[in-house]
Amino acid sequence: MMEAAIEELTVRDAAGKGEDALLELSLGPHHPSTHGVFRMDVVLDGERVMRLKPVFGYLHRNHEKIAEGASYLASMPYTDRLDYIGSLTNNWAYALAVEKLAGIEVPERAEYIRVITAELTRLQNHASTIGFLTQEMGASGSPLMYSFREREKILDLFEALTGSRMMCNYMRFGGCRVDLPVGWMDQARKVVAEFPRFLDEFERLLTGNEILLARTQGVGVLSGELAIQGGVTGPILRASGVNYDIRKVDRYGIYERFDFKVPLGEHGDVYDRYMVRVLEMRESLKILNQALRDIPAGPIMDAKTKIRGFRPKAGEAYGRIESAKGELGFFLISDGTGNPYRYRVRPPSLINLTVLEDMCIGSSVADTIVTFGTIDIVLGEVDR
Amino acid sequence: MGDAADQFFVNLLHRAVGTLPAGLRPILSSLISVVAILSVFAFLFAVTTVLERKGLGRIQNRYGPNRVGPLGFLQPIADGIKSLTKEDIVPHSADRVVHFLAPLVLVFAAFSLYAVLPIGRNMVLADLNAGVLFFFAVSSVMELTIFMAGWSSRNKYSLLGAMRAIAQMISYEVPLILSSVTVVMAAGSLSTVDIVERQAGYTGFFPHWFVFTPWGFAGFLLFLIAATAESNRSPFDLPEGESEIVAGYYTEYSGFKFALFFLGEYLGLFAISGLGITLFLGGWAAPFSFLTWVPSYLWFFAKLILLIALFIWVRGTLPRLRMDQLMNFAWKFMLPMALLNLVTTAVWHFLAQGVVRWVVCILMIVVAYVLLGRSLMHGSRLEKRVYRFAE
Amino acid sequence: MLGEGIVKGMVETARNFFGSYVSKDRLTTVQFPEERLPSIEATRDFPFLVYDGEDWQAGMRCVACQICEKECPPKCIYIEKSKDKKADAVGKPQFYPAVFNIDVSVCMSCQICVEVCPFEAIKMDNEFELSTDDRFEGLLWDKARLSKPNAHYQNIHPTDAAASDAILAEEKAKAEAKTKAAADPKSNATLASALQTASSTQ
Repeated sequence: MMEAAIEELTVRDAAGKGEDALLELSLGPHHPSTHGVFRMDVVLDGERVMRLKPVFGYLHRNHEKIAEGASYLASMPYTDRLDYIGSLTNNWAYALAVEKLAGIEVPERAEYIRVITAELTRLQNHASTIGFLTQEMGASGSPLMYSFREREKILDLFEALTGSRMMCNYMRFGGCRVDLPVGWMDQARKVVAEFPRFLDEFERLLTGNEILLARTQGVGVLSGELAIQGGVTGPILRASGVNYDIRKVDRYGIYERFDFKVPLGEHGDVYDRYMVRVLEMRESLKILNQALRDIPAGPIMDAKTKIRGFRPKAGEAYGRIESAKGELGFFLISDGTGNPYRYRVRPPSLINLTVLEDMCIGSSVADTIVTFGTIDIVLGEVDR
Repeated sequence: MGDAADQFFVNLLHRAVGTLPAGLRPILSSLISVVAILSVFAFLFAVTTVLERKGLGRIQNRYGPNRVGPLGFLQPIADGIKSLTKEDIVPHSADRVVHFLAPLVLVFAAFSLYAVLPIGRNMVLADLNAGVLFFFAVSSVMELTIFMAGWSSRNKYSLLGAMRAIAQMISYEVPLILSSVTVVMAAGSLSTVDIVERQAGYTGFFPHWFVFTPWGFAGFLLFLIAATAESNRSPFDLPEGESEIVAGYYTEYSGFKFALFFLGEYLGLFAISGLGITLFLGGWAAPFSFLTWVPSYLWFFAKLILLIALFIWVRGTLPRLRMDQLMNFAWKFMLPMALLNLVTTAVWHFLAQGVVRWVVCILMIVVAYVLLGRSLMHGSRLEKRVYRFAE
Repeated sequence: MLGEGIVKGMVETARNFFGSYVSKDRLTTVQFPEERLPSIEATRDFPFLVYDGEDWQAGMRCVACQICEKECPPKCIYIEKSKDKKADAVGKPQFYPAVFNIDVSVCMSCQICVEVCPFEAIKMDNEFELSTDDRFEGLLWDKARLSKPNAHYQNIHPTDAAASDAILAEEKAKAEAKTKAAADPKSNATLASALQTASSTQ
């Protein structure tokens, strides 16, 4: 079987090297840098990568099939576990799809709360990503610990609001589950006020660092056209220079009320992806400041929607949001009963992985690890 | 009084040896000194492992180990017990003799390096005329043991890691030795004792350490960078980095042999720091003339601990360099700088004392540094970027 | 100049190193289990059944309506209705659970059971140090293990408990108004209409 695998993956390069000169390696699934149970079958010529095949499915949990047998409400806690770092954005995407399907209106205060929680999720996701990137480059964990220090504060906010740090189960069809508790807004304002200090510290620590520049500039280049063809979305697409942010394109929720910009990169390499995330964090802080200032009082839940026995009329709907990783979409087909007929998740991490091979051909294994880190995958989403 | 404290251990040794039969005195004297060196530096290794973990922890906003013993300082005992009780696995196809010898030779070579380091006034184990040469010769043996480890494991990935480690260490030997040669030129002797004696004087209360001259400062920086690379420490620890698929040349080692590798590497680090202190930082000499009452060995260890703290600090901050970048840096930046440093030393030596030679030497070094730095960054097409926002 | 970024980075780590000795912000470790963070009020871990008063069997609010069993996503609740009835929290005779088991190893703390319960009978606890060495029986809790007094609920989630108590008090007042109107023989017409409105709101 090994020979068949080598035969399948062997490539003869220009110098005409035979099969013996190429090394087939399996990076993972137990590997400290693969962000979960994920495997990459690489064919190496010395240090250069010739072929790369991502192998995943180690975390497949039948989410879509379970949703067909469960009610709409019962799928909500399972969506937390898709991109387990950004559970609130997953909740929102699913709620958006169901609201489109059933034609439900969301009150204004609930929309503001959704924006606030989504941007907080984006902050802690990007902080964690850039922290892990530096960890993979060998900075022995110092920037990672700083990111996690800030992330803890945001997770405490989530716990005070939803009851759980990561598996929030907070959005409902037509609004949010509970209202903001007393003192939450002040705590959130404090966290948002302290966050820029961390970003400045991080920038001073890393952005001008020559070793980081040498490790990330020119590495793992992804051109804009290839990104568009591959269906790549999120910070990776924007780092390759394509201006596509679903918050600006679809203007879902109340995003058009906020004044924020979308950063774009030029070269599409690892450094651009890292910097685009840092700049996006600053834009999220802007949105948060505006939302925390303008949030109105009012109901947080649409009064007409039932919690139990929710039966949308037959039809189909696709709801998508700009999650921290890209376009997260839910496609639902309802047949009028309490369970969906078809429930499909469009996972951004999986679609972004399709261009991994193109980015890594010709680079060394160390660069492959770094490039892979910037795609920012979460296996819960890739495998569902 | 100060002299008694300073020569305390020397006098102790004389008195202890005096009680022994006359014929055996030389060998027993050496033996006692050897035992002293072994115990002191092994203890320093134990303390350094804890200090490193605690230092890295504090940099990362957390405590280091603080459960075992007061403030965690008995942690090395726990680590030692752990490594002793682990199963010693040797791969079936490995070359058993070489596999067994590699860590032993490493530790042996590392300990031998301390023979020529003057730890205090009159406190050197072997006062060789060619001490610096001896040091570099023995430290090359350490590189050989890394190759022995990688080769004997009969493992493709270990061999790959060992080859990389050797390439790295050989490349960085050149700037290391060249920067030491500047000191040898200035002091006119290869003997470590003479070099320290040369730096033990004071003008006013400023010391004569070589690091306080332009060429000495540049040489010391080059020496430190090369020493980091020689000891496979971050940011030059790609041969043992875990972002690769394997742990490098000591993948196939477990249990106590792994601990011996660890020990050997740290001892090498201390030894090369000790050499740096001897060559550039005045060895056991006090920094100011009014501080000479403090015993000389305390100054040596204080400087050693400062250098160790610097290594830990660098480890906690910088990411790893990739292999080709590492080699580029050695050959395209460090080597030209080291060669220029040699010329600067000569210029310093032959110009008369005064402001002129300071200005000339500083200018030579700074201009070279800026030009070489720019060409290195430009050659790798590294730049600061400005990002635009979409409309 | 080469090295400038590196030096800036090293200054940052030095700042964190020395800062960790002076400010709590730069040493965020909480050494569990000797030190603990204050418990956040809204936190949820695993469900428990609320009972009023002293006797956990007589005061249990659960009426075995089995709504939570149906809505639970991983189906970790198992309920068997009793054959006889007892008074519930409002005073009305209702069935009660003869068997109420929750498999805590399956429960994912989503708290949908709490949301859908119409009787304020099941709430979320905040205990998480629950390891046991019995893989099967140790994590299958029966109703004795699950029952905790209302005082405990008021202790761990004061705001939610106050709201829950208010709802129950209101329902009790309505039920009492209904029985008082039933005992009053004066107007049968108002009695009939009161009964109708009472039964439609319940």
